Amino acid sequence: MNPRAIVLRTAGTNCDYETKKAFELAGAEADRVHVNRLISDEIDLSAYQIMAFPGGFSYGDDIASGKILANEIKYKLGDQIREFARAGKPIIGICNGFQVLVKMGILPDELEFSQTTTLTYNDSDRFEARWVNLTTSQISNFRSQIKNKANCIWTKDLPGVIQLPVAHGEGKFVTADRSVMQKLEANGQVVLRYVDAKGRPALKYPQNPNGSANSIAGICNRQGNVFGLMPHPERYVFKYQHPSRLRWDREGDFGWGLAMFKNALNFV
Amino acid sequence: METKEIRLNGLKDDELLKISRDNVLSLSVVEMRVVQKYFEDLGRDPTDAELETIAQTWSEHCKHKTLTGVIEYTETADSAERIADSNGRNKDFESNYTLNAIRYTPNKKGKCVKRKIYNNLLKETIFEATRKLNKPWCISVFKDNAGVIEFDDENGIAFKVETHNHPSALEPYGGAATGIGGVIRDILGVGLGAKPLANTDVFCFGDPHLDWKKLPEGMLHPKRIAKGVVSGVRDYGNRMGIPTVNGAVWFDDGFVSNPLVYCGTMGIIPREKAFKKVEPGDLVLVVGGRTGRDGIHGATFSSTKLDQETDVSAVQIGNPIVEKKMMDTLLRARDKGFYRAVTDCGAGGLSSAVGELGEETGVKVNLEKVPLKYEGLKPWEIWLSEAQERMVLAVPPENRDKISKVFESENVEATFIGEFTDDKKLTVMYNREIVAELDMEFLHGGVPKVSNAAEWRVTEEKKVKVQNKSDYTKDLESLLGSLNICSREWIIRQYDHEVQGHTVVKPMQGPDIVNQGPGDAAVIWPYTAEASGKGQGSSNYKGITLSCGLNPEYGKIDAYWMAASAIDEAIRNAVCVGADPEKIALLDNFCWGNPYKKEILGSLVRAAEACHDMALKYGAPFISGKDSLHNEYAVGNRHYSIPGTLLISAIGIVNDIRKTVTMCLKKPGNLVYVIGMTRNELGGSQFLKLGKKTGGVVPKVYPETAFRQMKALSRAISSGLVEACHDCSEGGLAVALAEMAFAGNRGAEIDLSRVPSQEKMSDAEMLFSESNSRFIVEVSAENSAEFEKTMTAGADMAVIGRVASKREITVKGSKGRRVIKGSNDAFRKSWKRTLAW
Repeated sequence: MNPRAIVLRTAGTNCDYETKKAFELAGAEADRVHVNRLISDEIDLSAYQIMAFPGGFSYGDDIASGKILANEIKYKLGDQIREFARAGKPIIGICNGFQVLVKMGILPDELEFSQTTTLTYNDSDRFEARWVNLTTSQISNFRSQIKNKANCIWTKDLPGVIQLPVAHGEGKFVTADRSVMQKLEANGQVVLRYVDAKGRPALKYPQNPNGSANSIAGICNRQGNVFGLMPHPERYVFKYQHPSRLRWDREGDFGWGLAMFKNALNFV
Repeated sequence: METKEIRLNGLKDDELLKISRDNVLSLSVVEMRVVQKYFEDLGRDPTDAELETIAQTWSEHCKHKTLTGVIEYTETADSAERIADSNGRNKDFESNYTLNAIRYTPNKKGKCVKRKIYNNLLKETIFEATRKLNKPWCISVFKDNAGVIEFDDENGIAFKVETHNHPSALEPYGGAATGIGGVIRDILGVGLGAKPLANTDVFCFGDPHLDWKKLPEGMLHPKRIAKGVVSGVRDYGNRMGIPTVNGAVWFDDGFVSNPLVYCGTMGIIPREKAFKKVEPGDLVLVVGGRTGRDGIHGATFSSTKLDQETDVSAVQIGNPIVEKKMMDTLLRARDKGFYRAVTDCGAGGLSSAVGELGEETGVKVNLEKVPLKYEGLKPWEIWLSEAQERMVLAVPPENRDKISKVFESENVEATFIGEFTDDKKLTVMYNREIVAELDMEFLHGGVPKVSNAAEWRVTEEKKVKVQNKSDYTKDLESLLGSLNICSREWIIRQYDHEVQGHTVVKPMQGPDIVNQGPGDAAVIWPYTAEASGKGQGSSNYKGITLSCGLNPEYGKIDAYWMAASAIDEAIRNAVCVGADPEKIALLDNFCWGNPYKKEILGSLVRAAEACHDMALKYGAPFISGKDSLHNEYAVGNRHYSIPGTLLISAIGIVNDIRKTVTMCLKKPGNLVYVIGMTRNELGGSQFLKLGKKTGGVVPKVYPETAFRQMKALSRAISSGLVEACHDCSEGGLAVALAEMAFAGNRGAEIDLSRVPSQEKMSDAEMLFSESNSRFIVEVSAENSAEFEKTMTAGADMAVIGRVASKREITVKGSKGRRVIKGSNDAFRKSWKRTLAW
C-alpha cells in the first residue's frame, strides 16, 4: 500500500488541493481533512505516515498569521501532533502552515513545544508573490561553514540552488533572541535560504523577499523530519510551472518542488 | 407593526416621484404609475417591503432597462459617404455589416441623417451575434449568473465579469473587496456551482498625481482610491485562494469622480452540473454569512448618479473567510447532489436571489428565520440587505438533514427559511404577518419599457501633425513611464497569482525573476481541478487563457472603433500565448455615463454595434456581460460623466500548455518579425496623449485579414515555431519591442524601413501608431522558412530585425539613420518607476 499523507485544512486554507496533488504525484495516497474531523475523532491520525499543513489564510490570519489555527491544534490536538513528530514521521508546513508550526512551537523543537521564532510582516510591508532563488546547502552565511547535522529528510539531494515561488505578507523569519538563532545555525536546522543569482545568501530585497534574518526561508527540527518553509514547493511540481522557459528544457515533466515530496515518501 | 403601508392611491405624479426619491427607489414616474395601478387593481396600498422589492427588481442594475428598452438612434453627418465611412466600410471591408440596412436621407438642413429603432439593443446586437454564430461549444449563455463554454468532454468553464464602481468610489477598500467577493459568488451560483480557478481585475482611475485643488468637492483623491481598491481586491482575492492572473489599469482624468472597478472570476464546472431547476416543494436554504444592515439599496443606488449626499451604508462589508468556508462546503454539497438550484445574494439581497429562483414556481419565505448579525432590523431591511457571503439554495425536502450536516461540519451557518410553491406568487412573511405578496409575473415582467433617444454625430477624423525628430529614444522612455503603459508590477505582485498551482503563463514574464516584463494573457492549467469531478492529472495538457482589451481614449474619437479595438486586443492577447483563435468567447462590460443624454447613449449604441459586427467576424460569441450606466458624479449643478468605457474580456482554450509562448526575447541571432499592417493611426494613441494632443485617426480593425493572420500565427505557435510573441498595443511597435527586450534581458536591432505599412509614414508614426492586429514574433533562423510557410503567402509580415546579445535596442529609421538607441536598463527603469509605490 502506498504511504498515506494527511493534508490538514480549515476555514481559509487554500493550498490544500495542490498540496494533495503533489503528494499523489510523488506516489502517496493523500486526503484533505478538515481539522474539525480530527478534533471530533472522526479521523484517526495514526492511519497516516505523513502530515502537511498547507498554505492559505487560516481563519483569515486574524490576530497574526496562523495564530488561531496554531492554538487550536496545540490545545486540542497537541499530544497527537507531538507524538507524530517524535515518532519521526515527516511533517511539512508550507507558508501559512510554516507559520502554524512555529506559532504552535513544534518548530524549531518539538520537545520544547513552545514558540521561540516567528514569521512577521515583510519589510516591504505588503503581501508579495514572486519567485526566489533558494539554496539547500548547509552554508552559514555569516560565520564559518557548518556541516549539515540536521539531515532534513525533505531537502535531501536537491541541487545547490533551486527556484520556488513565495506568496505572503508575513514571512520575515526572526527569533526570540540571539541564542535561539545560534542554536538553529549550530544544529544545522536552517535548511533553506534565500540566495542571489550567484548563490550567495541574499541580504537585499527582492532576492530576500521579506527581510528574514540570516536569509532564512525554511527550517527543520533537530531530527530533520519536521520542516517548515515560506516558499511553495507544491507550486513547482511540473516544470511548466516555472516562469522561465529555459527551465522547460529539462527532461521529463517534473519540477524541483516535487523532489521534496518524493523525499518524504522515500523516507517512509 | 413592523411593516408599513405606503399610500400611493390617488397620488399625483410629483408626489409619486417624491416617494421614489425619498426612499432611494430610483423608479421613474412612469414606473411609479404602473406600480400605483397594480395596487389600485388589488384594492390596497403596497407595503414598504413590496415597494422596495419592486424597486430592486426593476433597477437598472438588475434589469438593464436602458439597453433592453427602446432606443431611437440617429446618426447625422455632412454627407452620405461620411456615414458610410463611419461604419468602417473601406476597401478591406466586406459589405455584410448590419448597419447597411439603414437608409440615409438628407434632412431639411442638408445634413444626412440615418435612423434606427432598437426595441432591445442588447438582444439585437450582442445576443444576436451569439445567436447567429450558434457555436456548439457554448453550453450556457446570457441566462445564468455567468456564461459557460466547453472545456473538455467532462468539464465546462464559466466566466463572469462584474463592476463595482459606485461602492468603490465611496469606500475603495470595501467596495473593491465586495466586488471580487460578489463575482466569485456568481461563479459559485452558475448552474449548480463552478469551482473558481482565477480572478481578473481591471481598474480605471483618475491621474494619481492629480493636484488636490482640482479634486471635485466630496471625492477621494485618485491615488487613495487606487491604493484602497488594490488592497481590497488583494485581501479578498488572496484569502479566497483564487489567483488573480489578468487585468488592466487605465488612467484618465475622466475617472477622477467615478473610478471603474471590474472584477472577474473564471471557474470549472462538470458539464452535467451546468443547469438548475427548482421544483415546487423544494426548501429555501440560506447559507453563509449573516444578514445585517450593510448594503441596503445597493442596486438602486448604483442605478443613479453619485453626489456628496450619497449614503455610504449602501456599501457592503466583506469577510472573505466566511465566503471561503461557504465555497468549500457548497462544492461538497454540490458533488453529493444535495440541492437542485443555487444562486447568490448580490444586488437586492434575498429579495432578488429568492425572487429569481422562484420566478417560475412561486415561493414563500419567513424572514424571522433569517440569521441576523444583530437585532433591530425591520423586515424589509432583512429582505433587501446586501450583506455579503450569502447564497440561496433549493433543496429537496428529503435532503434536509444531509445538507445541513455538510455545512455544519465546517462551521457554516445554513438556515431553512421557506419553500418553493406552485402559486406563482412571492409571499414574504415575518412571523404571522404578511410583509409582501406579489405576483411573480408582475414583479419580473411588469416593468414598463423605457424609451430613450441616442445620437451620434459623425465628424471627419483628421490626421494630427507630429513634429519630425532625428531621435526618439527619449520619447520611448517617456512613453514607457507614462501611466497607461508603465509597469503594473506593484499591483500584480500583491495578488497571489499562482495559488492553486495552475498558472503556467504568468502575468509577469522573463527569465530573470527580479526583472520581468508584462505578459499578454494568463494561461491556467487546471491539473488539480478535482472539484470538477475527475482530476485532470498530468496526461491532459489542456489550458485556459484569460485576456482583456480596453481603451477609453479611442472612444473619445469613436466608440465603434474603441469597441472593435478592444475585441481585437482581447483576442490577439489570447493568440499571443497560444490560444486557439477559433474557440474564444467574449464578455462585454459597458460602463457609461448618464444614458439620458443622447450623445452618451449614442456612443454606447455604436459600441454595441461594433460588438455585434466583430463577434461575427472573429467567430467569437459573447457569453455574458453586464452594463453599468449612470457613472456620473454631481457637485451642485456640475455633472461629471466618465468617458464611455467598454471592457472586453476573452476566455480561450489552449490545446497544449507545453506549447504556450511568453513575450520575452529569447536568443541572440533569432529573427524578429512583425505581423500585421502598420497604418497612420495615431488618434487616441499614448504618444499623442503624451504631447497633450487630441483627435486624429483612430485605429480601425480589418477583421478578415486580422483573423486570417491570427489563425496562421496560432498554427505556427502550436507547431512550436515561435520563440516569443507580443502584441502591439498602447505605445505601438516601439513600446512592444522595448518590453520584449528588457523582459528577456536581450537586445534588438530593428529596421523600420522593413515594417509593412499602408502608406508612407514618418518615423514617429511608424514607431508609435497603435494600429490593431499586430504582433511581434521571435523565430529562430532554422525555423524561419517553416514559419513563413505557415503564415502563408500574402500575409502582412516582414523580418524587421534580430535579437542581439548586447542589452540595448537600436532602431534604424526610414532614411537609414538611427532613431532609437537605448539600454534595456534605462528603458526598464522608466517603465518600473512610475507606479513603484
